[in-house]
Parts: sequence; structure tokens; C-alpha cells
Amino acid sequence: MSLIRFENVVKKFNGFAVLDGVTFDVQKGEVLAVVGPSGTGKSVTLKHLVRLLTPTSGRVLVDGVDVASCSDRELAKIRSRIGYLFQGGALLAWMNVADNVALPLRECTNLGEREIEKRVNAALEAVELTAAAEKYPAEISGGMQKRAGLARAIVRESDVVLYDEPTSGLDPVTSVTINRLIRKLNRTLGITSVVVTHDLQGALAIADRILLLKGGKVLECSSPQEFVQSANPAVKEFLAAMKGEIK
Amino acid sequence: MTVVREPLWDDAPRTKMRGVLRHLASFAAALGFAAHIMAESFAYFPSVLCRRLSRRELMNQLYITGIRTLPVVTVVSLFTGMILALQVGLELRRFNQEIYLGAAVMISLIREMAPFSCGMCLAACVGSAIAAELGTMKVNDEVAALEIMSISPIRFLAAPRILALVLMAPLLGFFCCVVGTMGGGIVGATQLGVDFEQYIASALSIAETKDLFVGLLKSLVFGIVIGTVSVEEGFATDLGATGVGRSTQRSVIVGFLLILMFGYMITRVCYQ
Repeated sequence: MSLIRFENVVKKFNGFAVLDGVTFDVQKGEVLAVVGPSGTGKSVTLKHLVRLLTPTSGRVLVDGVDVASCSDRELAKIRSRIGYLFQGGALLAWMNVADNVALPLRECTNLGEREIEKRVNAALEAVELTAAAEKYPAEISGGMQKRAGLARAIVRESDVVLYDEPTSGLDPVTSVTINRLIRKLNRTLGITSVVVTHDLQGALAIADRILLLKGGKVLECSSPQEFVQSANPAVKEFLAAMKGEIK
Repeated sequence: MTVVREPLWDDAPRTKMRGVLRHLASFAAALGFAAHIMAESFAYFPSVLCRRLSRRELMNQLYITGIRTLPVVTVVSLFTGMILALQVGLELRRFNQEIYLGAAVMISLIREMAPFSCGMCLAACVGSAIAAELGTMKVNDEVAALEIMSISPIRFLAAPRILALVLMAPLLGFFCCVVGTMGGGIVGATQLGVDFEQYIASALSIAETKDLFVGLLKSLVFGIVIGTVSVEEGFATDLGATGVGRSTQRSVIVGFLLILMFGYMITRVCYQ
């Protein structure tokens, strides 16, 4: 059974269907990259997985549980298994970076301060942010805020991590570091990942499968090799556009 | 119940009547949400005192609510007492009854004006700040991040703020009464020729324990109302910076209106 399943999900805002019959699966331990033009519902897709949004019709299943209709207790259980990296990092302004990263451990686990400190240091080291541990979000750059958000998403060692544009706004070197980290977490800990990204090169490097979303519909969902060789005109157009950007 | 909520409808109303009905339903939903925030915050008060992070946040909020508003509250209550003394004193002078100035000022302050002016100051200074802060957190996905981490935003954000207002509002209300009475005494002594000691004796002779308790009750209720309204407005924020501005404005307006309404209701219940 797949860990995550979207079944014919339709999501409308003001009568406009942002997602229009989206169906796909994510297997346990898989990295799925969701790519596509801006405004096609990539982040909306991600938000359905933690019930920040609910489908107008269709079902979103996480480990067989319908996220939209489950009880609050079941939802809390699902959410406790999921780490989420928001586009802007979503750090709390009045806490320093280390306290932000430690927050889910302090509030949702019974770990001692020494163990929390150890895990926080490991997470900060993974995103190369140890030097900024004592700084407040307002004192660090947007890219660093995003890395701090990533450290917070992985510090609980969740089964699933959802990444909303993990490399946007980052320099190429840091982007590669983040992509490597996503892959490393997947390989070493078996973390299932859904990565919403515009970074096609990154997606090709880290994903087991790439899903192209356009106009609220899934136009392609295949391995990176199949994706770049796809005869699907929509994929060809997307790849050509990405290459054009690089040129 | 989650704090990050979707709009009740995902399409535009087809008729005007349906639009009106939707507005009414949205209003009812907002009321229910506010009641839920208040009830759940009260249930979380013990956990605010027990958890280290929440306790730290409570201390911060007590400082913001109690200490940082002191200058404004002092000036407002001082001038409220001075204006009261001047208006009442000039009328009393016509009948040679200036000796009752202290009683008149005290009764107005302790029953009505001190809790009222304190409530207005708190709504303007603290309520607006809470709505703006939580609204900004909401549009920056910080509230959503807390929910995803299974940290209740009501326990983590709302409860310390409402508890700080619950603890500080009665204290500030009492402080307003004392400062206002002093202000009235200064005007009485300098402009109306009323001896300060006589003024204080007159003020203390009229004040009853019941008046003090009703005044404190009003301040307490105003604190709860301001906290609940501002948290609800903050959590209901959407549409980015514009939404934050709108929520801040609404929290002050709704706070003022509810202070007036609850003030009247408490007076009616306690004195009629």
C-alpha cells in the first residue's frame, strides 16, 4: 500500500479549480518531486497532506487515513509523522534559530534538554547553520531562514518530510547542499519526501519520480530518465522552457 | 478544532440574498470561533504556568500588558480624574458643596471611569498589538507551522496573552482609580479650593467594598473581552499586509464596542 495517495482531488477557490482531478501515489521511502509552472497548485497539493486545505472533492490518504475527514486525534497523529518546510521558513520571530529548531522537541516529546541540544546541533550542522544558532530570524538572510526551517522539519526524524520550494532564493552551492541533504535523509533514514520545486536540475538529481502539474492536472509522473525522454508535448514544452531559462 | 481555517465557501454567492445569508453565517462562525478560543484558553491556563516556554511567554506578555502600558494608563487616568473633578467641582461650587468633590469623583471612577479608561487603553495598546502580531504570524505561515508540529496555537499563543490580560486588567483598573482620584484631588486643591485631606476623606467615605469589586469585575471582563477579540481577529487574518491592518483595526473597534456593552450590562446587573 502506498504511504500517500491522492484520489481524483479537486480543489476550487472562488469557483476556479486549482486542482482538477489530481491522482497520484507516493510509496514509502520514495522522493517525489512536483514540478510545474507557478500557480498550478503545487503548494496547494502539499497543504492537502496536512489538512491546511481540504479537497472540494476527492480523497487524500496518508497511510490509509483520509486526512480531510479524520478526527482531530488522528490528524495530530498524522501530523506528528510529517515535517513541513514552508516557502519562507515560518520561523517564530521571538525565538532564536536553535530554539526554533528545538521547538517541536520541547513541546511534543519528553526528551531531556541534553538530548534536545544534541539533536538540534545535528540538524543545524546538516543544514550548515551552526554559526547562526543564537541569532534571531530577523538577523539572518531569507536563505538562512529557509535552512533553519528545514532543520526544524527534520529534527523530529519524521517518516515524511514535505518541502515547499526548498531551494528557491538560495545560492547554487547551498541549493546543492540542500538537495544532497534531502537525498541523504531519504537514503539513510528512509524518509519519504514530497518536494515542490522549480529547480528542475535538483529534481532530476534527487527524485525517484517527477510529477508535472499544469492547469491543476497531472500531465506526467515518471522517473527522471523517463521524464527527460518523455514524448509528452507538455513535458517537452516544460523542459524547453527550463532550458530557455538557463540559456 | 484547528486555527488555520479555510473560507466557508469556495465560490461567489449567486444572489444578493445568498450573499447576505453568508455574511450572517460568517458572523455566527466568528462568534463561535471566539467562544472556542476563550474556552480553550481558559482550559490551557494551568499548562501555561507549568510549561517553561509558555511561562516565559506569559512573563513577556505580563511585561507588555502591565508595565509597557503604564505611562499611557497613568496619563489617561490622571486626566480623566482631573476632568471629572473640574466638571463636577464647578457645578458643586454653585451650591457651595465642594466638600463632596472627592465622593463624586471617586464614585464615578471606581464604578465606571477607571475600568472604562483602562479597558480603552488596553484595547488600543495591547489588543491591537496582539491582533497585528498574530495576524502577521498567520499570513507568514507561522501559525500553520505550529499546527503541523501538533502544537496548539491556542495553547502556545492565545492562552499566555489572554491570561496576561486577565491578571493585569484588574490591577491596572485599580491603578487607574487611584491615579484618577489623585488627579481629581490636584484639581480640587489647585483650582477649586478644596483641601486635599478633606477631598480624600470624602472620597473614602463614599467608596464601598461592593463598588471596588464591581470595578474590578468590569476590568476583568474587559481584559477577557480584549484578549479574546484580538486573538480571534489575529487568527482570522488573511490577505497579507492589508489583512493584518484590517484585523488590527477591527480588534480595536470591536473591543471598544464590547467594552461599552459589557460595561452597561454589568452596571445594570450589579446596581439595579
